[in-house]
Amino acid sequence: MKDCIKVEQLSVRFSDDPVLDHLSFAVPEGMIFGLLGPSGAGKTTLIKVLTGQLCQNEGKAELFGKDTRRLTAAEHGNIGAMLDNCGLYERLTVYENLSFYADIYHTSHQEIPDILKSIGLYEARKTPVSELSKGMTNRLSLARALMNHAKLLFLDEPTSGLDPVTTREIHDILLEQRKKGTTVFLTTHNMFEAESICDYVILLNRGNIIEQGKPADICRRYDHMNKLHITLTDDTELTLDNDSTSAPAIKEYLEQNRIRSIHSSEPTLEIAFIELTGKGLQ
Amino acid sequence: MKNMIAIFEKQIKDTLRNKTVLIQFLMFPVITLIMNNTVKIPNMPENFFVNLFATMYIGMAPLTSIAAVISEEKEKNTLRVLVLSNVKPYEYLLGIGSYVWLACMTGSLVICMAGHHGWKTGLIFMGIMAVGIFISLLVGAVIGIGCRTQMMATSITVPVMMVFSFLPMLSLFNGTVAKIARFVYSEQISLMLGGITNFELTAERIGVIGVNIFIAALVFMATFRKCKLA
Repeated sequence: MKDCIKVEQLSVRFSDDPVLDHLSFAVPEGMIFGLLGPSGAGKTTLIKVLTGQLCQNEGKAELFGKDTRRLTAAEHGNIGAMLDNCGLYERLTVYENLSFYADIYHTSHQEIPDILKSIGLYEARKTPVSELSKGMTNRLSLARALMNHAKLLFLDEPTSGLDPVTTREIHDILLEQRKKGTTVFLTTHNMFEAESICDYVILLNRGNIIEQGKPADICRRYDHMNKLHITLTDDTELTLDNDSTSAPAIKEYLEQNRIRSIHSSEPTLEIAFIELTGKGLQ
Repeated sequence: MKNMIAIFEKQIKDTLRNKTVLIQFLMFPVITLIMNNTVKIPNMPENFFVNLFATMYIGMAPLTSIAAVISEEKEKNTLRVLVLSNVKPYEYLLGIGSYVWLACMTGSLVICMAGHHGWKTGLIFMGIMAVGIFISLLVGAVIGIGCRTQMMATSITVPVMMVFSFLPMLSLFNGTVAKIARFVYSEQISLMLGGITNFELTAERIGVIGVNIFIAALVFMATFRKCKLA
């Protein structure tokens, strides 16, 4: 598989503060790639560098094999972006916004109804953007990013602040895009999002990559964090390792009928992040 | 060209729902029509209100409109999305600029008709307005590009607009102001409009307007290089 994005020793500094510190990674075509990190980790800065809006101080960043500082019309034509701020025309209606971008992307206006139906905004097509809810605005913003049939989608926190139903709908759209072969590069601080839809994730903290891999592989690396939490009938709480060493003790409690509840805590990306940094993702 | 037309059409739809910008285009033509047809003062120069408001229109409408449009697009991130969507800065600026210029020229036509000009003086009037609007567009674009937010743009636009719009009127009452105002394009435009029946393009007028265009273009390019569009 060819690499869509390639980053080598990339550093960005604002004044003297390092925002991105010697990052290196590659994103193969056709995957959902997640950049996971708390606010201020450098996620948006990295998207700005990759989309050519910001120049790095050191290192190399390539998009489709081309230096991001010298992106041409051809590369821009292959990018769809949903940025942190929605970038829609608030006084125009949903349809007028997509119609305008159809002109800009030189795509057919006939596709607009289908796109609106696919994101569930067809009924609201005559509504001005200023009157849409946050979830609807995000979906419209995503629809705009999809309008030019981009090979690569940059999504900056696409589900931030959305309800679970809308989040699920956006995830379904992204999974559908992956099936079509589109590469999705998304930033998030939502570990469930990263675990459920990303093929590969990078954990970013203060501009440094602290862990990377497939979500399941990362979790497996922190299997020593896998614990069993047992509450006994006398309200005693026990924490045991989730392996064969705990079996005799559990068997004994079960035989004595003393167990009220038993839970396991499999390692998650958040647990991995906390283990690595000592703080949570939110 | 396609992008420019798309931006032009988008701006028409947007302005029709944007009262703040719409009022800039309509206010002076409407005021001119009302004042010219209702106020009659003895010994008032011919077309006094037409020339007065035409000069104010040049100093205010294009400048405030284009500054408001560009700064709003910067503030709301739409300009960044356009640049990422492969819209070239010149396509955007020409699309927005030609829209504001044409809208202001339509307003100027109303002011011109209020002055009951003949064909020849009417054409000269529109020509003078076209040049004045163009310079104000450059000044407004400088403010729009240089400001990150609409609020910031407004705080700069208001004093700049006041200087260009009111300088010709103030120079009527104060000789010292008149001496300084000679070097400002709006004063030269005002003088040309005042003497439109005996229109004469003197070297001083060409020089002052030319230098004003040159300075505005230079500042525009410097601001564009420093701040970029998005």
